[in-house]
Amino acid sequence: MKIHEYQAKEILRKFGVPTPRGIACFTVDEAVQAAEKLGGSVWVVKAQIHAGGRGKGGGVKVAKSRDEVRSHAAAILGMQLKTHQTGPEGQKVRRLLIEEGADIRKELYLGMVVDRGSQRVVLMASSEGGMDIEEVAAHTPEKIHKIAIDPKTGLTDADAEGIARKIGIPQAALAQARDLFKSLYRAFDETDSSLLEVNPLIVTGDEKVVALDAKINFDDNALFRHPELVALRDLDEENPAEIEASKFDLAYIELDGDIGCLVNGAGLAMATMDIIKLYGGSPANFLDVGGGASAEKVTEAFKIMLKNQNLKAILVNIFGGIMKCDVIAEGVVTAARQVSLKVPLVVRLEGTNVDLGKKILAESGLPIISASNMADAAEKVVKAISGEKP
Amino acid sequence: MSILIDKNTKVITQGITGKTGQFHTRMGKEYANGKQCYVAGVTPKKGGQSFEGIPIYETVKEAKAATGATVSVIYVPPPFAAAAIDEAVDADLDLVICITDGVPVRDMLRTKYRMQGRKTRLIGPNCPGVITPDEIKIGIMPGHIHRKGPIGVVSRSGTLTYEAVGQLTAVGLGQSSCVGTGGDPVNGMKHIDVLKLFNDDPETEGVVMVGEIGGTDEEEAARWVKAHMRKPVVGFIAGVTAPPGKRMGHAGAIISGGKGTAAEKLSVMEECGIKVTRNPADMGKLMKSVLK
Repeated sequence: MKIHEYQAKEILRKFGVPTPRGIACFTVDEAVQAAEKLGGSVWVVKAQIHAGGRGKGGGVKVAKSRDEVRSHAAAILGMQLKTHQTGPEGQKVRRLLIEEGADIRKELYLGMVVDRGSQRVVLMASSEGGMDIEEVAAHTPEKIHKIAIDPKTGLTDADAEGIARKIGIPQAALAQARDLFKSLYRAFDETDSSLLEVNPLIVTGDEKVVALDAKINFDDNALFRHPELVALRDLDEENPAEIEASKFDLAYIELDGDIGCLVNGAGLAMATMDIIKLYGGSPANFLDVGGGASAEKVTEAFKIMLKNQNLKAILVNIFGGIMKCDVIAEGVVTAARQVSLKVPLVVRLEGTNVDLGKKILAESGLPIISASNMADAAEKVVKAISGEKP
Repeated sequence: MSILIDKNTKVITQGITGKTGQFHTRMGKEYANGKQCYVAGVTPKKGGQSFEGIPIYETVKEAKAATGATVSVIYVPPPFAAAAIDEAVDADLDLVICITDGVPVRDMLRTKYRMQGRKTRLIGPNCPGVITPDEIKIGIMPGHIHRKGPIGVVSRSGTLTYEAVGQLTAVGLGQSSCVGTGGDPVNGMKHIDVLKLFNDDPETEGVVMVGEIGGTDEEEAARWVKAHMRKPVVGFIAGVTAPPGKRMGHAGAIISGGKGTAAEKLSVMEECGIKVTRNPADMGKLMKSVLK
């Protein structure tokens, strides 16, 4: 689960991490009032969307007067902010963060992720802050320093200080940086984060280390023990079809093709997308109905896929396994009737009671195209779209 | 021979009184030598009871002491799954297979840390389990698609493993053992660990390695194959069409920072002498062509 920058900063403050003072706003008037309340003479108006790269897209502006706060807030609120992470349609800005301006002497980078390789939380830091860290990793990997954190001891004083030195934190700020890094790890650990990024982490003119930006993603598997974090979820930032799918425990991701895929199991679902592409088609979605798909889930999955305007055909690929194919076939038939399906439907069933399943599909009277294996299914669905008789 | 488990393996089901634990223990018992294999269950506060003739114990230690079991399979709910693994490790079992999906990563980080220097091997979590056809089935895979034979199968995913197995069986190639390592980022045995076992198993003549986007498990396995593997390996990677930054169902299946793409994995595998196919319907055929 993702949250907004201002929410991430609130969490970091609770763990003792210094951040600029700021106020989250939903309207232009609130933004101006926030600037007044914060005082000072320089403010930053920051679009709050879940995607990164906001500055480059024009979603972060410095204001030197309240009029400028007003004009920047008016320009940013409601805009379709396009960044390299939003896709070409961009993301509508509904919230702002008004922050006091900071006196930046140095911009650094700090991130933490769960690293598969070491099976640990890894802290990454770099002297090259403010930039796209992926660029830094690609062109100057020697400027990224990493430490795998021992889950028993947490981030040690020595490691925290060592990394602070490596990224060029001045002597006077070393002790503070050390404590800040340790606090960040505690925040990561105690909130069950999967990713935490501070980019940039800054050194101010008076040699203080401050988190100028903050991004936190949480481990979905651990949300059951963090109701306070679940409350931070902003559904406006998520795809409506994906939200609907999550209610039924379906993993759904919309893509830009036109062949809907309904598959049981994530690996097989990806493989199904791949084989559609291989046969010249383009998948409209990733959809995993789970290892044990029920008739009800299949029906909901159909409804969700059909909301996609681009959809021209559906491919159902179920490796029955423990789930019996006749049960799945019943589900498919019920779903197709319930949604009065208009697009071609290709079904590939495999596993227990496969013959019975195929019989149910054939006798349903529905124009269901039956496929004998994955390749056959992909070929048939691509042909169905191009108007050829499969 | 086979790897990890065979007809003489004695198994404890942790979480035997839950609906999932009951169902899959029953299926396991009904498969091949299962009646002799499933010897104990563990559910706290239900020690002394039994499930369809299988005695239930309070703890894994007690179950092991009473039955001589060396392997456990875990079906307990996600919040308690890591603790269940810890218990199996503390009881010095040889192997623990955690089927449970949705275990918090933080729990697994701690469990993996605790496992350092211990003898217990872990498969999973969020995995289909392990099967040695015609001998023993531990996990949620459908037994009937398997045939005994010379091919090892290792995969991160569930149904995609069944797909590979189904294709092998269809082209007349049986399997020595099939291992699903699971889709989570922090887990037990990786492709490389399973390949090492297949390499040393006299019954295994070739291996199908099924991977997916995310992480570098497949690349590490491929490099090991190049240096040490004495048997042919063929591979497929799911997720060529997956967009970056999106988690494709499995927590581990995500392309992040341009890393973990299917294209990169496929090219490393090819460089290391692994025959790969980009067509998931051709895994069985490819294995057959390599054996000839």
